[in-house]
Amino acid sequence: MTVLPYLVAVWVLCWGLYGIVTSRHLFHLVLSLGVAQAATYVLLIGVGYKAGAAAPIYADVPSATPVVDPVVQALALVDVVVEATVAALLLALALQTQKRFGTVDPDELHALKG
Amino acid sequence: MSIAPLAVAVPLLVAAALAATDFARRRWLTDTLAIATTTAVTVLCAVLIGRAQHGPVVYWLGGWEPEHGVALGISLSADTLGAGMATLVGVLTTATLVFSARYFEAVSNLFHALMLVFLAAMVGFCLSGDLFNMLVFFELMSVAAYALAAYKIEERGPLQGAINFAVSNSVGAIAIFIGIALLYGRVGALNLAQIGVALSHHPPDALVAVSFALIVLGFLVKAAAFPVHFWLADAHAVAPTPVCVLFSGVMVELGVYAVARIYFTAFDGALAAQAAALKPILIWTGLVTALVGAAMCLQQRHLKRMLAFSTVSHVGLFLICLGLLEHEGIAALAAYVLAHAFAKAALFMCVGILLHRFTDVDELKLRGCGAADRTLKFVGVLFAACGVGLVGAPMLGVFLGKSLGEGAVSAAGFGWAVPVFIVASGMTAAAVLRAAAVVFAGWGPDEPPQSEQPEEVDEEAETLQPHDRTPLPMLVPTALLTLATLLVSLAPGLDQAIQQAAGRFADSGAYRQAVLAGSGHFPPIEPTSVAPVDYLWAALALLLALAIAGVSLFGDRLGWNPPSSLRTAADRAQHALGALHSGHVGDYIAWMTAAMGALTALVALAIR
Repeated sequence: MTVLPYLVAVWVLCWGLYGIVTSRHLFHLVLSLGVAQAATYVLLIGVGYKAGAAAPIYADVPSATPVVDPVVQALALVDVVVEATVAALLLALALQTQKRFGTVDPDELHALKG
Repeated sequence: MSIAPLAVAVPLLVAAALAATDFARRRWLTDTLAIATTTAVTVLCAVLIGRAQHGPVVYWLGGWEPEHGVALGISLSADTLGAGMATLVGVLTTATLVFSARYFEAVSNLFHALMLVFLAAMVGFCLSGDLFNMLVFFELMSVAAYALAAYKIEERGPLQGAINFAVSNSVGAIAIFIGIALLYGRVGALNLAQIGVALSHHPPDALVAVSFALIVLGFLVKAAAFPVHFWLADAHAVAPTPVCVLFSGVMVELGVYAVARIYFTAFDGALAAQAAALKPILIWTGLVTALVGAAMCLQQRHLKRMLAFSTVSHVGLFLICLGLLEHEGIAALAAYVLAHAFAKAALFMCVGILLHRFTDVDELKLRGCGAADRTLKFVGVLFAACGVGLVGAPMLGVFLGKSLGEGAVSAAGFGWAVPVFIVASGMTAAAVLRAAAVVFAGWGPDEPPQSEQPEEVDEEAETLQPHDRTPLPMLVPTALLTLATLLVSLAPGLDQAIQQAAGRFADSGAYRQAVLAGSGHFPPIEPTSVAPVDYLWAALALLLALAIAGVSLFGDRLGWNPPSSLRTAADRAQHALGALHSGHVGDYIAWMTAAMGALTALVALAIR
């Protein structure tokens, strides 16, 4: 087992969060959220990885063959679907923000305070 | 036949049917179908409460039952408190749909579809016995909630509020996701009972600490604990008022429920020895949340925002109850959440009635408006009654939950937390009573004080123009929920039933047996009763509420003049606190990142 995928996941997460915090553009912000979410894909695949194992499809390999964990791959798929839904909704809101506020810079949105 | 999956599947199917077909021209048909569905779900969940009296009702999706005590399948494990929470969700959704039938001028069938998806996700979340399925229902509930918060998409406020809400909660979900992935890497299981069995074999290490901290943090974002609560006020201020009923009444509480559920099924075996070190983390978080929420609540003149901060404050008190990590605390939590949900639902509906009549929710602009006719005076009585229920005056409203909570913290050696209950509930109720007096009786200073809060977001599109009367379908659920608020603590047998249910909830060994082996033995617990001193605390909280409300209404006339140094200090504190709630999503995520680091470090130190 190697720690590399875990370090990559932490690195990607930190960049995603940094992007959200410093974002000056809502589209950039939504993509940064996607980057942060990508950390979970790396982590999930890293958790299930097994050196030298085959893909978890038993169609044409003997059933004794070691395979990587299929559960985390299913979790990653769910993760992708969730991220796509949230991103689609947020992008729609960002478009609408451009129409109503005339800007997509979070620093320029002043509808709510205190 | 098991009914648990039906309670989730039926509303999802009806929602799909409503979204796919256009009944828009026959509004009554959409309303009737949606209300019938939510009523059916409520009944199903209530039946589940009855069936779960002797342990959780377990249903394995697709028939993948555990073999040799190892669970590979996905289960719905409905215990009394989970099914009770689901029933509460059903009751509030039904009341909300009845209320909104006449509240909205025009509403598309998609609103009903979203409400049903929201309901299905919350019910599934309550009944789930699988950690990953909890996350999936959490995400489904969140996405439906983002869309509902942004329902008035032509206005500025809802856009910004929904973006803050969605980004904050998505980052919270990422934290939960990472926690689950790490935990799965350790135990190779996702079923809560199975995780509990696997974890209890080894002493906890850094990996368990990090995954526990991240999962708890993610759910605390939904629960709106300080300092990850910022999204809540934004989302509540902008969401349509009927939606706020569900946000404040049940959705936020589900975050607290999730932390309790996961601790008592998966982690308590592994962390039992460290519980003494974990308790102060949750209790102090709750304490700060309760006081910050109460301080912000008193400052608000926007009624929905005021109620939102009141919810933040109460979440703090819930966290203190939860932080005891014992069944006594869970019993207090359950009783408190139940009464609070009725009170908040009724209060938001009263605000909805004001918005429907006057298209405004600004306390000072509405001054005296509520005395216009007899219906509104009646609403004023309901509003004030909910304020009294919210403070937990002796025998009324949240009294049972608050008293059990005060008893439990004293018994657990955290007696210093009792004044927090009194102060936080006194301050939040004072804000409600003050608003009732200003709006419905026209009391208060003649010249409104200069407020630095910006002109509030316009709410016109929610109900297009002012109305001159309030329809009955809006009044009836409000009145019934107010009645429920006042009487819930007096319900015969509720005290005992909740304590026994909490005992079963916290008996993780029996829970694991019941889920994995098919049957578990839940020994009954020794119930406690409300101590006489709690009547004194309740009366004290009520007096505090009346005193604060009185000073803010009549302080000037009575010549109450605090020294200027005190005033400046209070102004500065108020300013600093207000500035934290900047409405800027980047700030919120910065706080959340800091909280993530802090909580992980604290849990790691506690487990070391």
